[in-house]
Amino acid sequence: MENHILMVFPHPDDESFGASGTLAKRIHEGAKVTYACLTLGEMARNMGKPLMANRITLPELRRRELAESARSIGIQDVRLMGLHDKTIEFEDQNMLDDMLRDLIDEVKPSLIITFYPGYSVHPDHDATGAAVIRTVSAMPKEQRPVVNCVAFSKGCEKILGKPDVLVDVRDFLPNKYGSIRAHSSQFRWKDMLGSYSENDEQIKSRFSTERFWTYHFE
Amino acid sequence: MQLINPRMVQELLDKLQEQDLYIHLEMTTGAYASHEDESKFTASTFIKNGMVRYMHGSIAGFGPYRVGLKMEQGWIYAQGLTHIEETETERLIMAGHDSEGKLVVALQLSKEPF
Repeated sequence: MENHILMVFPHPDDESFGASGTLAKRIHEGAKVTYACLTLGEMARNMGKPLMANRITLPELRRRELAESARSIGIQDVRLMGLHDKTIEFEDQNMLDDMLRDLIDEVKPSLIITFYPGYSVHPDHDATGAAVIRTVSAMPKEQRPVVNCVAFSKGCEKILGKPDVLVDVRDFLPNKYGSIRAHSSQFRWKDMLGSYSENDEQIKSRFSTERFWTYHFE
Repeated sequence: MQLINPRMVQELLDKLQEQDLYIHLEMTTGAYASHEDESKFTASTFIKNGMVRYMHGSIAGFGPYRVGLKMEQGWIYAQGLTHIEETETERLIMAGHDSEGKLVVALQLSKEPF
């Protein structure tokens, strides 16, 4: 059993499709989760349809959506790290690594969930994963938490192999759906479902497995 | 945000001319453009809180609209603008949204930083 999970993602909503069910499951089993969300996703081009926000109001809206998503999953501790969307790869790496090291020292996670650097499509995703890997690599071997990565670039399985951690989240789909629905400025859940409903078997089976790659440091 | 009323934009452009302003200028295809469709090209650009001063600015077109701001040493240009934040009287908050509602272009001017 994991006692404390640290999730590090750059944007509110990064948690929804890849990790929300796993987190709900681990929280149900007794784990504590700290979610470090590096930016507010303030440069997103989705603003709802009809429009729910503009460039000025979007950050506050996304902060509220994140809080709602966290409630739905049961996450006890959300940290907004205050960086700016699209800029993670340009930030001072020492600042990023120190920030993450401070979090790790405080939270003492047994597991970190982040993006797999190089296989996560969005430059912020790759840079976030790279910062986590750098920071954990610099720790003494025996103190390193396990790092599970989300990856979804085209053909990533050909290079990384099959994901070694498969989590059955079927019993926690209400939490996962709640997380997706919470980010209503970003996801049009009804359109994604099409003619199906959340309880149709096709949808359930599509969302019932979450996949992670354990990062190998050596 | 509501659809642009060009007269309202022109009034704000006139009001803000010949002053030091903060600009937010942006254009994006979305970070996932080529991931979702390999025939598409991912590109984006933004300037947030650059300082600018223009001598005169105007809006053109019949919707979507274009805005050009003439500076002492150059130009600022945006095409594809569809929406304006109608509640703002001291700042110009404009954006262009595509048929799916996604933001493609943004042009904002303010005396205070964004």
